[in-house]
Amino acid sequence: MLHFIQTLISGLSLGSIYALIALGYTMVYGIAKMLNFAHGDVIMIGAYAGIVTVMSLGLPPVIAIILSIVICAVLGMLIEFLAYKPLRSAPSLSVLITAIGVSYFLQNIALLIFGSQQRAYPTIADFPTYNIGGIQIDGITILTLAVTAVIMIALTLFINKTKLGKAMRAVSEDKAAASLMGISVNRTITMTFAIGSALAAFASIFYGMTYVYIKPTTGAMPGIKAFTAAVFGGIGSIPGAMLGGILLGLIEQFSKTYISTLWADAIVFGVLVVVLVVKPTGLLGKQMSEKV
Amino acid sequence: MKKKKNLNFLTLILVIAAYAVVAFLLYSGGLKRQISNMLIPISVYIVLAVSLNLVVGLLGELSLGHAGFMSVGIFSGCLVSIALEPYLPMVARLPLCMIIGGLVAAFFGFLVGLPALRLKGDYLAIVTLACGEIIKNVITNLKLTGGALGLNTGSIYSAPKQLLPYAIVLVLLTTIVMMNLKNSKQGRAIMAIRDNRIAAESIGLNVTRFKLVVFMIAAFFAGAAGTLYGHFFANVKAASFDYNMSIEILVIVVLGGMGSVPGSIIAAIILVALPEAMRSFADYRMLLYAIVLILVMLARNSAGMKNLLERIKPTKLINRLAKKQVQEKEGA
Amino acid sequence: MAERSKLVEVTRKAYLPERDADKSPVLETVNLGITFGGLKAVDDFNVTIGRTEIAGLIGPNGAGKTTIFNLLTKVYQPTHGTILLEGKDIHGLSTAQINHAGIARTFQNIRLFSNLTVEENITVAMEPRIKYNMFSGIFRLPSYWKGEKIAHERAMELLSIFHMEDFASAKAGSLPYGAQRRLEILRALATNPCLLLLDEPAAGMNPSETAELMENIRAIRDTFQIAVLLIEHDMNLVMNICEGIVVLNFGRVIAKGSPDDIQNNPEVIEAYLGKKKEA
Repeated sequence: MLHFIQTLISGLSLGSIYALIALGYTMVYGIAKMLNFAHGDVIMIGAYAGIVTVMSLGLPPVIAIILSIVICAVLGMLIEFLAYKPLRSAPSLSVLITAIGVSYFLQNIALLIFGSQQRAYPTIADFPTYNIGGIQIDGITILTLAVTAVIMIALTLFINKTKLGKAMRAVSEDKAAASLMGISVNRTITMTFAIGSALAAFASIFYGMTYVYIKPTTGAMPGIKAFTAAVFGGIGSIPGAMLGGILLGLIEQFSKTYISTLWADAIVFGVLVVVLVVKPTGLLGKQMSEKV
Repeated sequence: MKKKKNLNFLTLILVIAAYAVVAFLLYSGGLKRQISNMLIPISVYIVLAVSLNLVVGLLGELSLGHAGFMSVGIFSGCLVSIALEPYLPMVARLPLCMIIGGLVAAFFGFLVGLPALRLKGDYLAIVTLACGEIIKNVITNLKLTGGALGLNTGSIYSAPKQLLPYAIVLVLLTTIVMMNLKNSKQGRAIMAIRDNRIAAESIGLNVTRFKLVVFMIAAFFAGAAGTLYGHFFANVKAASFDYNMSIEILVIVVLGGMGSVPGSIIAAIILVALPEAMRSFADYRMLLYAIVLILVMLARNSAGMKNLLERIKPTKLINRLAKKQVQEKEGA
Repeated sequence: MAERSKLVEVTRKAYLPERDADKSPVLETVNLGITFGGLKAVDDFNVTIGRTEIAGLIGPNGAGKTTIFNLLTKVYQPTHGTILLEGKDIHGLSTAQINHAGIARTFQNIRLFSNLTVEENITVAMEPRIKYNMFSGIFRLPSYWKGEKIAHERAMELLSIFHMEDFASAKAGSLPYGAQRRLEILRALATNPCLLLLDEPAAGMNPSETAELMENIRAIRDTFQIAVLLIEHDMNLVMNICEGIVVLNFGRVIAKGSPDDIQNNPEVIEAYLGKKKEA
């Protein structure tokens, strides 16, 4: 039983990181209608930003956090401006290939700058480890879950209540109609990328604090898994991304503990395939079909 | 129509001529080891790129699991080859095993394709990526395939001199299949599905069937090439045939031009030979691949880039220079 | 005739041209309808189309005309009702199978295979009727050459209907708008249909092009002996070539009959033509 609860907690911890990444995915996919393959690599860049600011420049953690959020947001906007904006009306195959290119670009730039050796993420703050009846709960786990929940609620409010949020929903429904209503589609999509990438910065901080070691390829796999999580929950749905992320984290952790570490990846990807094939609209998503 | 046929014919002639020269040099001993060692990888990559081009260029879908199908071919073909090694000479064994490797890979193409083809675009790409990773993960964990240490293929290892004839046949076969398929009724149907799925259904085309066929043919050639490739090494590990390799093949397809067979062939030669020729380039290889992917896509799709490319096209440049000279002369 | 007896209300002013009087209709729909999340986009749609009839489907924008085409071709699954094609229930067939059964269509927003040539756009529609398998295609066996030759000849014949033979090797996407619409009609014809659905065939054409199109539609019906159901906003075209007209408003049929009946129907004038006269 203890074992089970311990697994549950580490699953929740992993899941909430997936959820954070999935939130970024679901926003960008929901609004710009493109799979931003490079989202996971923005997380990796965010993590390196944290390492450089704290370790090399010796800045205090708070500044490091703010800086990595700013760096990720600017990077997101830059990627959107340079690579995706010119392809707004291009076939989705071209956009996807470009996104893969961007992902590769970021990984290899990081490889050239930081080398293939893994680097340790700085200890931003010390968190106590709670011991409740023999169950170990990391402070970071609680914080990650709490922050993810807060971000989810804030995002939901933002999308539903603010003017920019409404513009985002309008663009997601119909770009042409939105622009006729005086919404600047380009600006809205840029803002979406900025917010999505800022969320990636949060993910990088929690990833760094939980798993410590960072390499240039760190972002790739969590990125793909988090995309699954976003689809699992229903692409475009913010609560769905959170639900999907946590479920996927639990599935991964439980298969690692109860089946085999070796097979965990195959199982997670198996879940991905089943989810995409059986329920591409996800748990909380809407049916979308092509207009004829 | 005629132009297209001539280009196909020319491609085939050039491929045969190039191989004839290379074979002559190889067997007369006039080829440096470094170059003769590149012949099999180049041939394998040509087959991989041309077969992936069937999916990307003709069907218009992105498969990120091509290395997975290749991996299936490597391990199934090589396992059979190892088992048959004491009984059959290479001339019978290798073609047989390449066919077996191809068929097993095609079967996997069918398994992956059957559910995945309900999807399209981004979702299909992700599913193929996931399937490639699952294949890698499973092969790495199986005792039969040597586990994480890899399969010992020492007993069937063959030198480039022995493998080249089979590689030539495979490359020619792949090229012919791809080029002739394009100009057949099935090829037209596949391209119609790429251009407009709803219209394709409305004229009675069974979209799922054609997609499946494309996936299976592409997987077959990836598998056959894999079996050949396995014979080139003394040990093969599934981990080397992962997502990154699938991307590498995609880069070749994109650089050579989606749907273009001669393009894929040339791009495969360049991208395999270049890192070998320039060691210092190897470090920047992946970065350059990424830039190639982005720039080619931007150039294909944005008007501004198209103009820019049009301007720096060699013929245009020469024309402009010629005009300038004439003007200068007249001025003088 | 046995199938017809089980129908409910076919008689509601079913209009069959005289030459079809003794034959069964090519298409009958019984209480056909679809609901999108509580909204009845099409409700109780009952029509009968004669074997060689040119019928028109008219109505204001958003009346559900294209939705009916999508129901007939199973792009959307009907939520209720029956479609009988040549007396056979086509329930459970896919879009592709519907085409094999005999319904071909064009699209309101043109859907050509724009990277294929004009000729290929037509030959691709003959795919099931070109007799060679993939192996013969790849290795260029005699059956390949024979099949391709027949397909080429037939494509040229079809192109000659609209005098488009010279464009045979041009990319479909590079054609001017009107030619694209015509090519779409030819592509549909190439599937050998018994019922041709045309979604706004005259959209974007000038009056002389429209006049030519009218002649062509009639010629197609006469040559191929097929039925045509068309959606069109050009009343001149509809009143001129349609033998039967169905008027749709808010997803419901508000009138059926000959062009004369429709022009004098007060409900139609109020819902549709009346508005036009005011403007």
